[in-house]
Amino acid sequence: MKGEKQATGDQQPKITLAPKVNDFSLTICTVNGSGSTTANNTLYRALFRMGIPVSGKNIFPSNIKGLPTWFAIRISKDGYLARVAHDDIIVAMNPKTFAEDLDYCVPGGVVFYADHINLPVQREDIITYPMPIKELIKKADVPRNLRDYMANMLYVGIVSQMLGICMESIQQVLRFQFISKPSVADSNYETVLIGAKWAKANLEKKDRYSVATMPALKDHIMADGNTAGALGALYGGVEFCGWYPITPATSMVESMMFFAPQLRKDPKTDKETYVIEQAEDELAAIGMVCGAGWAGLRSMTSTSGPGLSLMTEYLGLAYYAEIPVVVWDVQRVGPSTGLPTRTGQGDLTMSYFLGHGDTDHIILIPGSVNECFEFGWQAFDFAERFQTPILILSDLDLGMNQWMTKRFIYPDKPIDRGKVLWEEDLERLKGEWGRYQDVDGDGIPYRTLMGNKDPRAAYFARGTGHDEYGKYSENPQIWKAMLDRIKRKFETARSILPNPVLRKKNGAKIGLIAMGSTDPAVFEAQDLLVQAGLATDYLRIRAIPFSDEVKHFILAHECNYVLELNRDGQLHQILTLNYQELSGKMISLSISDGMPMTAAWVQTQVMEKENK
Amino acid sequence: MNEKPAAQVEVNAAGLSRGDYQGEPSTLCPGCGHNTISSQILTACYELNLIPEQIVKFSGIGCSSKSPTYFLKRSFGFNGLHGRMPSLALGALFADRTIKGIGISGDGDTASIGFGQFKHIIRRNMPMVYIIENNGVYGLTKGQFSATAEKGLELKHQGRNPYIPIDLAKEALISGASFVARSFSGDAKQVRELIKAAISHYGTAVIDIISPCVTFNNREDTLHSYVWGRQHEAPLHDISYVPYRKAILLGEFEEGTTQEVKLHDGSVVILKKLETDYDPTDKWHALRILEEAEMNRWLITGLIYINPTQPTLFDFHDLVDQPLNRLEVDRIRPDAESLEKLNDSMY
Repeated sequence: MKGEKQATGDQQPKITLAPKVNDFSLTICTVNGSGSTTANNTLYRALFRMGIPVSGKNIFPSNIKGLPTWFAIRISKDGYLARVAHDDIIVAMNPKTFAEDLDYCVPGGVVFYADHINLPVQREDIITYPMPIKELIKKADVPRNLRDYMANMLYVGIVSQMLGICMESIQQVLRFQFISKPSVADSNYETVLIGAKWAKANLEKKDRYSVATMPALKDHIMADGNTAGALGALYGGVEFCGWYPITPATSMVESMMFFAPQLRKDPKTDKETYVIEQAEDELAAIGMVCGAGWAGLRSMTSTSGPGLSLMTEYLGLAYYAEIPVVVWDVQRVGPSTGLPTRTGQGDLTMSYFLGHGDTDHIILIPGSVNECFEFGWQAFDFAERFQTPILILSDLDLGMNQWMTKRFIYPDKPIDRGKVLWEEDLERLKGEWGRYQDVDGDGIPYRTLMGNKDPRAAYFARGTGHDEYGKYSENPQIWKAMLDRIKRKFETARSILPNPVLRKKNGAKIGLIAMGSTDPAVFEAQDLLVQAGLATDYLRIRAIPFSDEVKHFILAHECNYVLELNRDGQLHQILTLNYQELSGKMISLSISDGMPMTAAWVQTQVMEKENK
Repeated sequence: MNEKPAAQVEVNAAGLSRGDYQGEPSTLCPGCGHNTISSQILTACYELNLIPEQIVKFSGIGCSSKSPTYFLKRSFGFNGLHGRMPSLALGALFADRTIKGIGISGDGDTASIGFGQFKHIIRRNMPMVYIIENNGVYGLTKGQFSATAEKGLELKHQGRNPYIPIDLAKEALISGASFVARSFSGDAKQVRELIKAAISHYGTAVIDIISPCVTFNNREDTLHSYVWGRQHEAPLHDISYVPYRKAILLGEFEEGTTQEVKLHDGSVVILKKLETDYDPTDKWHALRILEEAEMNRWLITGLIYINPTQPTLFDFHDLVDQPLNRLEVDRIRPDAESLEKLNDSMY
């Protein structure tokens, strides 16, 4: 269920193994709907508060209650935050997956388990700590409906005691999480203390794992990409959001609904400066968004693969009628309904070619939570500057999981509303204008907005063939000129969109090319490869159309491995299409199993190809 | 020198002539019912003294949806996708809530792919006019059955229609519409008065207009034809629209012969009683008359239902008064201090 299994060795646990401080992974195995989220959040937040770099990944089923779910926490003093395939520590609360969960534990690893799981531990190379969860609950005499929550807080206490997680941090985190209900925070904390006290009195520390306070991570925060994208949009001046619920994109608009009232009420009148409207489906969501974008509102939606499929026709119209809109695709795994709660990067070629006929699309690919914020506001500037849909490809891992990330940075550029003509502009031009005239030679025309009172302002927007004034036309020369002019916008965009990010290693002749949420895995792999004697340079692509730097990077390396989370190597396909003459210099390394990429996978794949 | 005085061009109270409301020449078939409707929209706007820049037009796909080019060329317009005019209009109309939206659709556009959006725009009571130019046939693809085609209708290449038709007025009513009317494009005066009332109505105003297709569905024994319409139209009342300024001067009417419905902007719809009593503020009455009409093949026309005070989508959003698309940039970007506070709260 969770990817590659750990090969069980026959070695006995070596208590003498070197201690591992602030460098291990811990997975909590529970049943979904049991309320473990609060407990798991408490753990990673307490670790973050201790100054330890941490990431938290929720691996969950497409279900509301009763199916297995895992929460994987990576703790890394060196700041490596990618998923690891194997667990150093397992907290086993779900009898149904107990046997399988044990398989993922590394030799010398640790299993905390609820002692009512009456199943044999088949491995002798791991250390086990049974936890008398039911007995402790019984003693505490809590109401039946709170027992699951209490069980979760008990493992927080026991695990924290055994690893040395600071109790004061836990208390502070609980007060933060229950900011408006201090009594709930206190009762949860009491439960944590019961667990910790029991562990202190009854368990003997036999394993090698522990945590220790590090210097505070002052310039960092913990957040998920969907919250960041929503905040980015709110700081980008979003005025209209039409949306339809779909995992894993839903939480972006829900975050927006949460933060908008505090951020986006007009300071003068206390009235709203935004509209968030839940549509009847994705067809309507994108219709609303296109209408609003056309009429001059900063307009967006967030969706996932199946929703983007439904939105395709309107986005084709927006491309040709030149309407600014922002569309987030928080990718899950396709084709079809696929794996709705797992992650992937399989919508890239779809986004690239989106729509019938000839199209081009600007695609932004954030690789961190912080970039979700940054691209969240920038996307509106790009959309209005280039008068075209901006697609932002995030994914479930980036969007829904908890990441340590740099603090959000306030927009460093003023809002750019693009080329809009209001009444006074038309007066100055004496009405001499055509909606689709390329006056400036950059392919970008001027537009007027609904509500403009000048009698010369109006035009009729359409998806049918039109001339420079928006009038219906089937003339072959006009059609060709219009489509060629639109293409020029994307040439203009090439040098303005976010540049790729380069990370060089001394003497590297091999290039690694990746995008989006695989960044932590590739970053870590680059270091692992150096340790294995192979220096690589790493280029992370952040936007399409590609900047010239991409070509220069490919040219400068003997061989470039293109790493991505899909079956067919979609980024590799698009790079090959763009740089056919360099196709011999690129090799595709791709995987689609629904799980975030690991550094070990990157390392193994590259080493294999390099025959090392 | 004897200069001829310039011909006086007649203007309305807004100082505009009929020419200011015109569009491009129509490319629909001569005699198409849609052309009459375009012309009545133009006249209604002229007589209401609306400035064309205060109006925005929307449409979907089909013959009906081409028609917004043929009136009000000084108004902004957007020809969207098949069946998805309502969502497009919804998004756009939030940009400036002082602008009147007129959506033009057809039976192919509304009763099939657009059925969901039709129902949902009504459910939201989005302030806009929603005109369906209903001819029971797909014209632009040359004569296939639409979902409003009557059962048993025979078309040249299609054979006989086996399905029961969808009644769009009834569908609007059961979706909670605040304004439902039916008319016949051959009844120009009624079309015009209904359009005026619809424009003044605050909410979604649905007008299902039987608008014959002279090329593909105009056989005289069929429901969507001119001949059938002229012979069988049964108006529920004689409707006249009285604008606000004149409405305040209205005298008393003779008890029992007329009904007045006051609209949101103070204008009044006067419904003069014909053979039977009909109260368009009574939803049960409305449902019953539509059922009876269907059973008896009556083409009832007029204002079928109206609730002028039903809350609209705009009421569910507490928006700034100024048009959203004219907000200054400093009113849509929160300050830097607020972001620092958010950063501090995130862990």
